[in-house]
Amino acid sequence: MSSTEVSKIEELANKEYKYGFVSEIEADSLPNGLNEDIIRQLSAKKNEPEFMLEWRLKSYRHWLTMKEPHWANVQYTPVDYQAISYYSAPKKKPTLKSLDEVDPELLEVYNKLGISLDEQKRLTGVAVDAVFDSVSVATTFKDKLNELGIIFCSFSEAVQNHPELVKKYLGSVVPYTDNFYATLNSAVFSDGSFAYIPKGVRCPMELSTYFRINAANTGQFERTLIVADEGSYVSYLEGCTAPIRDENQLHAAVVELIALDNAQIKYSTVQNWYPGDKDGKGGIYNFVTKRGACRGVNSKISWTQVETGSAITWKYPSCILQGDNSVGEFYSVAMTNNRQQADTGTKMIHLGKNTKSTIISKGISAGKSQNSYRGLVRIAKKAENARNFSQCDSLLLGDKCGAHTFPYLEINNPGAKVEHEATTSKIGEDQIFYLNQRGISTEDAIGLIVNGYCKEVLAELPMEFAVEATKLLSVSLEGSVG
Amino acid sequence: MLEIKNLHAGIEGNEILKGIDLKVNAGEVHAIMGPNGSGKSTLAQVLAGREEYEVKEGKVIYNGKNLLDLAPEDRAREGVFLAFQYPVEIPGVSNTNLLKTALNEIRKYHGEEELDTIEFLSLIKEKMNLVELDQKFLSRSVNEGFSGGEKKRNEIFQMAVLQPKLAILDETDSGLDIDALKIVANGVNKLRSKDNATIVVTHYQRLLNYIVPDFVHVLYNGKIVKSGGKELALELEAKGYDWIKNGKEELVNQ
Repeated sequence: MSSTEVSKIEELANKEYKYGFVSEIEADSLPNGLNEDIIRQLSAKKNEPEFMLEWRLKSYRHWLTMKEPHWANVQYTPVDYQAISYYSAPKKKPTLKSLDEVDPELLEVYNKLGISLDEQKRLTGVAVDAVFDSVSVATTFKDKLNELGIIFCSFSEAVQNHPELVKKYLGSVVPYTDNFYATLNSAVFSDGSFAYIPKGVRCPMELSTYFRINAANTGQFERTLIVADEGSYVSYLEGCTAPIRDENQLHAAVVELIALDNAQIKYSTVQNWYPGDKDGKGGIYNFVTKRGACRGVNSKISWTQVETGSAITWKYPSCILQGDNSVGEFYSVAMTNNRQQADTGTKMIHLGKNTKSTIISKGISAGKSQNSYRGLVRIAKKAENARNFSQCDSLLLGDKCGAHTFPYLEINNPGAKVEHEATTSKIGEDQIFYLNQRGISTEDAIGLIVNGYCKEVLAELPMEFAVEATKLLSVSLEGSVG
Repeated sequence: MLEIKNLHAGIEGNEILKGIDLKVNAGEVHAIMGPNGSGKSTLAQVLAGREEYEVKEGKVIYNGKNLLDLAPEDRAREGVFLAFQYPVEIPGVSNTNLLKTALNEIRKYHGEEELDTIEFLSLIKEKMNLVELDQKFLSRSVNEGFSGGEKKRNEIFQMAVLQPKLAILDETDSGLDIDALKIVANGVNKLRSKDNATIVVTHYQRLLNYIVPDFVHVLYNGKIVKSGGKELALELEAKGYDWIKNGKEELVNQ
């Protein structure tokens, strides 16, 4: 498929979503702009308890004192925060009768990604038949989780039904004062996900299955909070390989993870938001704060991300290793094409004794894109015997893109062992020719080489996700060569 | 099967092949010999479709098709296989993955069903024995960390799986010790049939003791200056390439 065909798909798909967002009632929205009154109304509409409103207001007042940061290696036109509506009730897309009514080129992209028919229907807003009713499937999952005492619901539901847990943990990893975007999110977040895994429980399913079936339009200011109590385990999947479009340009989500003694959280993301057209017009600004606290002894938090979408990606999923013997991991593939810009990496903050962190970052730049790895490893004074291993690789396709690596090390304990490896490589003409000579087209050859390059990271993804992510990498590179 | 007519080709403005004529029929093995820099590898690369080489003049007809009009991958799908002189490393891509992708691409091209994993694995197990490769070899990344001998054996293994009609072996003997050479030659011999043809490009006669050619061609300065039967290789070995260089003019006219 040529690049023009790809952008044609983007165009058509874009049309599709615009259409989907136009027709609905505008009555249940707040006017554009941000002030205390808007926040009060927002909180009231969501019927929130007093503590939530207080927290939002506190955040907003702090936000007013902050300046938008500009240290990332990205460029974009400034966001007008007064031009955003901070609350609108979920709008319905028109329901289609069957997949026959969906743009066939969009379906082709789905097929290439290996997305199941049922999921295709859900993504395109086709009514699902009674036999495979997503609501009933979701209910089955929910019953199973309930039996184990696992709470998994929207953030709004959690505020209503489990205010004590929300109050205890919200902002405990990413404080409301943390940074410009996180503080804004704290003031105005619309909804998101909440999960609590009780003591000693191993969550028997990837929390994706449920999530993906239920994936609602969570909006531009999403908030996720996951708490793994002592000795528990959970694997959580966020996102979807299917191209996702949104009318909101700025996305400023916050994700907080808390792992108590001997608990483990595995958090996997596949991000494929609309990256804008070939010239960089449109596209989503993805400014996300993701942080996990390994609060207990022997706890472990593992971030795996495959980032292919968004015009600008700006995020650093991080681990605060507080508990002794705790472990933090970050596995990342960030791919940029056309005019995309990514500034992503991680922070590993070693506070406890014998803490260990691993960073594997694979950047792939194509087109005229810019791809930066930015990472911090900080070993605190009291973090005896801390260890870190970092590997940051960059792969370049063509000669108009850029790859940058900004590793920061702050080591305050002489017993620390920190290793950093970095490589930059290009896909060789001879590699492509070799594969051509075995009957493989140039596009497939690049897909194969790129997937081989990302192998260590893809291996960390749950199986079903890994298969889709592998295809996603190839599809995202279409039109980048030739 | 293959007919090369007056082929002129070069790289970055330098003409390397200066009018090659060669005819290869199904079932035949042709050896192309010649001193360093005579254009042997260029010929192999041009036939496989390497873009850096520019064809200035001439025609290559392969099974009725104009080979030079086909993209490299389509040449491969049509049954042209090049065993590389320097096989390329592809980190993270397993041998199995490469072979499965390649084989299914070729099958698709011919309108055949793709092989499922079980069918594929039984096929490659059978072919592995041909070049005496170990099972664990399959999960390793393509050519990464392979010894010289392993790389060459891997080429022949790939050839065995992909079953080309026309195989071009580019200096497959270079860097091989005598045991590895025997294994590789044995593999090639087992794949010979009346339906396929092989072009063996080599500097030394040694390989031709094991892969016995039907025809031997001597390439010098971009032209085939002498052709003959298998005994020509022996004669060359005995007399050295100087024999060709010195007597070039008269040889051309023979």
